[in-house]
Amino acid sequence: MTAEFLSRIQFGFVMSFHILFPAFTIGLASWLVFLEALWLRRRSEMLRDLYFFWLKVFAGSFGLGVVSGIVMSFQFGTNWAGLSTVAGNVLGPLLNYEVMTAFFLEATFLGVMLFGWNRVGHRTHFFATCMVALGTLISSFWILAANSWMQTPQGYAVVDGVIHATDWWAAIFNPSFPTRLVHMVLACFLSTALVIGGVAAWYLLRGIWQDKARLMLRCALGLVAVAAPLQIVVGDLSGLVVRAYQPAKLAAIEARWTTASSVPLTLFAWPDEQAERNDYALDVPHLGSLILTHSWDGEVQGLKDFPVADRPPVAAPFFSFRIMVGLGVLMLVLALAGVLLWWRRRLFEHRWYLRCWIAMMPAGFIALLTGWYTAEIGRQPWVVYGVMRTADAASTLAVSSVMTSLIVYFVTYMILFGFGSWYLFKVLRSGPEAAPPRFGFEATAARPLAVADDRREE
Amino acid sequence: MELSTTLPVVWFLIIGFAIMMYVVLDGFVLGIGILTPFADDEAQQELMMNTAAPIWDGNETWLVMGGAGLMAAFPRAYALILSSLYLPVLAMLIALIFRGVAFEFRFRAHRSRRIWGVGFHAGSVVAAFAQGLMLGAIVEGMPAEGGKYLHGAFAWFSPFAVMTGMALVFGYGLLGATWLVLKTEGRPQRIARDLTRPLMLAVIAFMIMVSAWLPFLDSRLMDRWFAWPNFLYLSPLPVLTVVVAAWLWRAVLADREVAPFVLALSFFALGFLGLVAGMWPNIVPPDMSLWDAASPPSSQGFVLVGAAIMIPVVLFYTAYSYRVFRGKVRAGEGYH
Repeated sequence: MTAEFLSRIQFGFVMSFHILFPAFTIGLASWLVFLEALWLRRRSEMLRDLYFFWLKVFAGSFGLGVVSGIVMSFQFGTNWAGLSTVAGNVLGPLLNYEVMTAFFLEATFLGVMLFGWNRVGHRTHFFATCMVALGTLISSFWILAANSWMQTPQGYAVVDGVIHATDWWAAIFNPSFPTRLVHMVLACFLSTALVIGGVAAWYLLRGIWQDKARLMLRCALGLVAVAAPLQIVVGDLSGLVVRAYQPAKLAAIEARWTTASSVPLTLFAWPDEQAERNDYALDVPHLGSLILTHSWDGEVQGLKDFPVADRPPVAAPFFSFRIMVGLGVLMLVLALAGVLLWWRRRLFEHRWYLRCWIAMMPAGFIALLTGWYTAEIGRQPWVVYGVMRTADAASTLAVSSVMTSLIVYFVTYMILFGFGSWYLFKVLRSGPEAAPPRFGFEATAARPLAVADDRREE
Repeated sequence: MELSTTLPVVWFLIIGFAIMMYVVLDGFVLGIGILTPFADDEAQQELMMNTAAPIWDGNETWLVMGGAGLMAAFPRAYALILSSLYLPVLAMLIALIFRGVAFEFRFRAHRSRRIWGVGFHAGSVVAAFAQGLMLGAIVEGMPAEGGKYLHGAFAWFSPFAVMTGMALVFGYGLLGATWLVLKTEGRPQRIARDLTRPLMLAVIAFMIMVSAWLPFLDSRLMDRWFAWPNFLYLSPLPVLTVVVAAWLWRAVLADREVAPFVLALSFFALGFLGLVAGMWPNIVPPDMSLWDAASPPSSQGFVLVGAAIMIPVVLFYTAYSYRVFRGKVRAGEGYH
């Protein structure tokens, strides 16, 4: 076992753990903006209760995202010194822009959002919620720009073995960036909507919080009904970019060994990397060409066209891609069934349908992770596609050091995940109780004047 | 002057500023964690934590700013420092994780409440110690060739680094105590006040010891300080430090509320400036200069545009959030 191999395992692990929380908070922050905006308009207690309920969930998930995110910002230096030295000129500035435009914004206004209810006016509080949501979206912009640049690098030159940026616009808006950004943000919204709908279905089945649960389920269904079909379109566009810029990745995803036109779509197979063929393949003729090239007999490159040293692993991208797409289709079915039931005014009547929502609660996160595995394993053996190999990116470290850190991260994250899930479960189980009223309204010098105006409104 | 000459200097100052902001702002939050065992009961501990709950996250972001800024502006220094201090960095990150989640988890917990109280304290102490250790190791020097560290995985472990580690624990403790004097009243404030004086004595003692030790380090960090006429130009720094220390001592004795915190921050900032002045023009002693480590003007210039706009904006809304949460924190007040 080499230190590089362990570093890869570690990065995959800490990244997989981390990504769940920002993904959830990107969706939740926008949901909170929606709830608070609606509350400002209608001033119904129900909306305020819902806001505070999801705010609790948001706070916990944001906290876990922050602490696991700090780990990420140091990984590039601790374990990937080679990458930082060679590509730091491009990656560093993008990540630094993320900190300056997003992280500070989120972190600072989060304080006002969580603790400021009694200290600022309603409008200011709403502004804080909006800034947090804006921060989460800006953050996804920069991180996707950095990651997409590593997938489809543009706007650079290699000088003395070090990458220099020559055109920042081209580097940021690199070919895969627009589709991948939209794909990721939609994935975050879908994951969050499935959780919100699942929680609502759980209350409806238990016969508690009926009004609030109905509102939540309607909103979640509405979002999934719009986002799930859209996501399939964006995913398809993303596939076209992969075909144009990372043909070896596409070949691995589809387990295509030989270059051919009018290729079938392999629904299932057992790819054998040694023998360079698929066992037990279940093929649909022409469908592969149709989906991948948008023509009946378009040509798709096979893995045998690439030297063995430049091929990604096949099984992992092949299967993880299929899990992602399968879950995407299930989301679409869930939404279509829901729209049909809603149209017939039976959305809340069928227990089987509500159970489906509960079953689908983790689906968004699983699809998101498997999507990332497809993207990241599929671009191997490159860390910066076609420019730098992953093997050259690792730090020179003792195997024992990386083994230690891997074990420590694993144990720490299991503790966090265990307690975090338990506390989340407790919050969800007790449900959207009545939010505490604004208290302590005696005029004190410490309180901004804006509060006095709100007081009259209540 | 060439951009490739001036930009690294500007970035040296920006990153120095970011790290200093981190040290003083997260310093007092870590200091609260270091001092929680001195509280009489769980309720007081919670009150102490609540004084920082709305702002700790923003404070900690300066660490990420320092890290990302270093990667953007001095990628070689970023790679060298973090990969050669692998284990102390790991210890710091894990400690910061437990410290950070404690804010949220402790509030949600019932039976496991004590665990997160301990996590908050232990996380704060270990994070402070690890940061001091890293500072000591950098000051001692990290000889490298071709960007690769020449020593082993435990080379950072030295008596000097252990001392700077301990110094930072006491230093953060002092910041935490003066913050609590500012933000609390009654019994918790009394506890913090009683801690301020011994902590101050310890910090001054550590500062004298570190200063006395510096000339004997291999990195020859202090040569710059004692070379004529540098000493003349730099002399306001030690003079000001002594003045601030004396002023702080008097403010503490006079039971002032605001002054000790402000003075403790200034005291810390001056100490930090002294070290940075000693390191100049190296970003990693003994011989990686800021120009050796710098990214090209195409990178430094690009981020500088953002930094020039965003850092003032960040400082503005940070000040706003401190204003929103100004005043004494009382028991039972304000979690979401």
